[in-house]
Amino acid sequence: MSKPRLVLIGNGMAGVRTIEELLKIAPDHYEITIFGAEPHPNYNRILLSPVLAGEMSLPEIVLNELDWYREHGITLHTGKQIVRIDRARRMVVADDGSEAPYDRLLVATGSTPFVLPIPGNDLPGVIGYRDIKDTDEMIEAARHKHAVVIGGGLLGLEAANGLKLRGMDVTVVHLGPWLLERQLDEVAGKMLQKSLEDKGLKFLLQKQTEALLPGEGGRVGSVRFKDGMQIAADLVVMAAGIRPNYALAEQSGIYCNRGIVVNDTMQTYDPKIYAVGECVSHRGIAYGLVAPLFEQAKVAANHLAGFGISRYVGSVTSTKLKVTGIDLFSAGDFMGGEATDDILLNDPAGGVYKKLVLKNNRLVGAVLYGDTSEGPWYFQLIKDERDVHDIRDQLIFGQSLVGDAGHQGESRAASMPDSAEVCGCNGVCKGTIVKAIKEQGLFSLDEVKKHTKAASSCGSCSGLVEQILSSTIGGAYTPAASDKKPICACTEHSHDKVRQSIRDEHLTTKEMVFAEMGWLTANGCDKCRPAINYYLISTWPHEAKDDPQSRLINERSHANIQKDGTYSVVPRMWGGLTTPAELRAIADVAEKFQVPTVKVTGGQRIDLLGIKKADLPAVWADLNAAGMVSGHAYGKSIRTVKTCVGAEHCRFGTQLAMDLGVKLEKMLFDMYAPHKVKLAVSGCPRNCAEAGIKDVGVIGVDSGYELYVGGNGGIKTEVAQFLCKVKTDEEVMEYGGAFLQLYREEARYLERTCHWLERVGLDYVKGLMVDDADNRRALHERLLAALKDAKDPWQTSREGAALKQFIPIAVDA
Amino acid sequence: MSNWIEICPLDDIPRLGSRIVQRKSGGDIAIFRTADDTVFALHDKCPHKGGPLSQGLVHGQRVTCPLHGWNIGLADGQALAPDVGGCDRFAVQVDENRMVRISV
Ligand code: SRM
Ligand SMILES: Cc1cc2nc3c(=O)[nH]c(=O)nc-3n(C[C@H](O)[C@H](O)[C@H](O)COP(=O)(O)OP(=O)(O)OC[C@H]3O[C@@H](n4cnc5c(N)ncnc54)[C@H](O)[C@@H]3O)c2cc1C
Ligand code: SF4
Ligand code: FES
Repeated sequence: MSKPRLVLIGNGMAGVRTIEELLKIAPDHYEITIFGAEPHPNYNRILLSPVLAGEMSLPEIVLNELDWYREHGITLHTGKQIVRIDRARRMVVADDGSEAPYDRLLVATGSTPFVLPIPGNDLPGVIGYRDIKDTDEMIEAARHKHAVVIGGGLLGLEAANGLKLRGMDVTVVHLGPWLLERQLDEVAGKMLQKSLEDKGLKFLLQKQTEALLPGEGGRVGSVRFKDGMQIAADLVVMAAGIRPNYALAEQSGIYCNRGIVVNDTMQTYDPKIYAVGECVSHRGIAYGLVAPLFEQAKVAANHLAGFGISRYVGSVTSTKLKVTGIDLFSAGDFMGGEATDDILLNDPAGGVYKKLVLKNNRLVGAVLYGDTSEGPWYFQLIKDERDVHDIRDQLIFGQSLVGDAGHQGESRAASMPDSAEVCGCNGVCKGTIVKAIKEQGLFSLDEVKKHTKAASSCGSCSGLVEQILSSTIGGAYTPAASDKKPICACTEHSHDKVRQSIRDEHLTTKEMVFAEMGWLTANGCDKCRPAINYYLISTWPHEAKDDPQSRLINERSHANIQKDGTYSVVPRMWGGLTTPAELRAIADVAEKFQVPTVKVTGGQRIDLLGIKKADLPAVWADLNAAGMVSGHAYGKSIRTVKTCVGAEHCRFGTQLAMDLGVKLEKMLFDMYAPHKVKLAVSGCPRNCAEAGIKDVGVIGVDSGYELYVGGNGGIKTEVAQFLCKVKTDEEVMEYGGAFLQLYREEARYLERTCHWLERVGLDYVKGLMVDDADNRRALHERLLAALKDAKDPWQTSREGAALKQFIPIAVDA
Repeated sequence: MSNWIEICPLDDIPRLGSRIVQRKSGGDIAIFRTADDTVFALHDKCPHKGGPLSQGLVHGQRVTCPLHGWNIGLADGQALAPDVGGCDRFAVQVDENRMVRISV
């Protein structure tokens, strides 16, 4: 049976991206043919600016080599423009007369530069700035002296900067009152103009061009303005805007209105015809940046592949100017208006300007000049529509007041030299990341992770990598709103959506989740399976069965795997307390199994490192016999409750810290959570148990206890926030338990309490479990019910079928 | 020529899981079972830094290495792009009595 035929018109960024997305999810679905008017394979149009500036060469910006088309069996016609779509016969016709029939057609014809309707606009030496040909012409024209760029938008300024670097005398003519008036407010626009003037560019603002006049040899020679002024110009670049290129579609009777009109599935009025990219008008908006177009591409691919489950609902965009040495970022609605408030930081001498626009306590826009390091964070807050009233007073100073660990506190990617190490785990420096982004055409954090390994381990440098991405590819980089981000490539659904379906549809197995939610892979991957398993067992405790094969190795084998494939074993020492008998048993095990390393951990207990997997059941049997159980040092689960000696012994102690610590740890035994959970109890405010950096910290005071939540001592040191004060041990258990149950029910998998709190806000949590006593009790009871009859996993893994994984099969070979 | 050795009944390998086969001659073999009961055998040594693939998470026809998360194709033993590298494969049979054999 022959495959249905898919034809793509427009071998550009949005069209080919759709094909890539399609090949990922339905590799053999179509016989694909692509027509492109340009004589090149698909290249990274946004990098034409660095090419013009002489920072990159043309071969470097190709995204899909000819081999790529060949390997995927795609028939490619370069240098052929489609002149007619014959919808009745389902054919496209090219300018050389060749024809191609289609079953599905994808139109991605991009846009064309807007050419001012003035006399002389067709003179040699007058060009738009859109493709390789234009760029070549501009480079070629750079041997002349005077260049005039009409339009002080992103494209115009990047063109002007490039031509200046190529030695021309460049004047930017702009109709608006300040530069980039669609991206910047006046203050930032003026600061930008000043920096560009320092680079040698000239500006004529609020000038209206009247005519282009020929010079010697018929080439353009000068520009005349309405006010009579005239300046020399051997090259005129029209960068006064772009126009969606939809003439072809319109002529063939497809409904257009300032763009090819599509619905949320990227389908045009002709159901066989889809459209994506700058040529499209979606809900009345035509986008001119890559990030939204890539979102469209993903949706179109999903429908072309026949999955039919995703929708494009529009994008919030952000922009960055790609002029080396200038740091500028804007996103959302930054001009503000009625019902909005501005937060401003203006330091002209330091060259920094920041403006945040808030509406109903939500960030709706941001302009940053000089220091754009917080751009990705603000952008995320805008997309997430997070209520920021509780962090309003610190918002303008950014998220990274406290530096992340492991990259020398560096938080501004732009100021880092190429040789600076960005990812401390994998030793990746800035230059390597920039190079990979440019040469391999990477557009997202995930792609950078895959190709460079940066940010792929502990993730603490993700923010830096995002900044590097956005400064390298401008507005092409957009993080998805995190409540909509798909869990992984196996699905379109977000963590929140999956959890909600599990609850609402009463799903109790991963197979039900896959079927109900239309998973794209047969049985998920290492990202979604552990998350789903957690959501299942935390939503339906005692009902959903734990699936060991969906757990990563540490949780599956109840021990931590080491680099050499051996394991480490950490028995629980409740509250950090032990006995001579326990110590003796540990010593015996260490000797009997020749454990190479015995170490005191940072969690107040003892680690036996370097144990062979086959020995684990026997090691556990010995420890169990001495009354010890698993310490869960391996799990997204309760880890430790650290204590100080407290009023039991200490001359300053106000409360029995050890006693309460042990009670808490027993209450939480075998508790799985979105991420690991650590507690501490100190007997007085001297806080020797470091309760200030724990998920739940308890500090004894004379009148009772102060409770703190959301602390973290790991990758990003985060001081815990004060939750409330309580009087009795029972209250500590109830409040602490309720807080953790809320976290278990609502946080996304792999979100520590500090990240969850940052997302939802402490006030939200307080409302549910401090102010609302009934709900608090209900939460606490649900926790106790879920943990009822908890068994020691070491005990249960030594029995029955679970034991098999530890026994290697010996063969005679 | 090929030397088929009996390993274990199919049901001794968990679905979407694996077992380790130890050879006298050294060099462990990881034997995997997919959701649809296809069985594969690879040298138990990740092409990245030698991690034990038998301890990984199995999905589709791939295993994710437990140490640093490379994905290795079970059928061809090759790392999934952009990572590069491969490990040895062994032929596997499951007979009518659901007994697993591999050729070493
Ligand atoms: C054994 C121990 C180090 C030691 O010798 O002291 C340890 C060892 C590991 N830690 Fe830790 N952490 C240990 C205390 C800590 C502490 C200190 C503490 O608990 O008071 C912290 C900072 C406090 C905190 O978590 O807020 C800590 C923050 C981390 C992090 C960063 C977590 C974060 O959210 O930022 C990771 C990575 C992760 O979990 O994703 C990590 C991950 C790991 C892993 C499990 C890495 C891995 O995935 O293989 C290490 C296992 C090593 C091995 O080969 O067995 N370890 N780790 C400590 C065990 C404590 C225990 O008794 O259970
Ligand atoms: C210099 C420059 C810098 C930019 N910088 C950024 C940036 O920093 N960040 C950002 O997000 N965006 C940037 N952009 C915008 C970005 O490049 C576009 O948004 C994106 O390329 C649009 O993709 P598209 O597929 O819709 O159109 P295109 O990439 O233009 O592809 C359309 C293709 O269709 C072809 N075509 C048209 N009609 C026909 C026909 N009838 N038959 C056959 N082929 C046809 C065209 O020749 C073209 O190759 C920049 C653009 C330029 C020019
Ligand atoms: S024990 Fe913790 S800090 Fe030490 S190397 Fe391992 S993960 Fe890093
Ligand atoms: S050893 Fe397998 S991924 Fe590193």
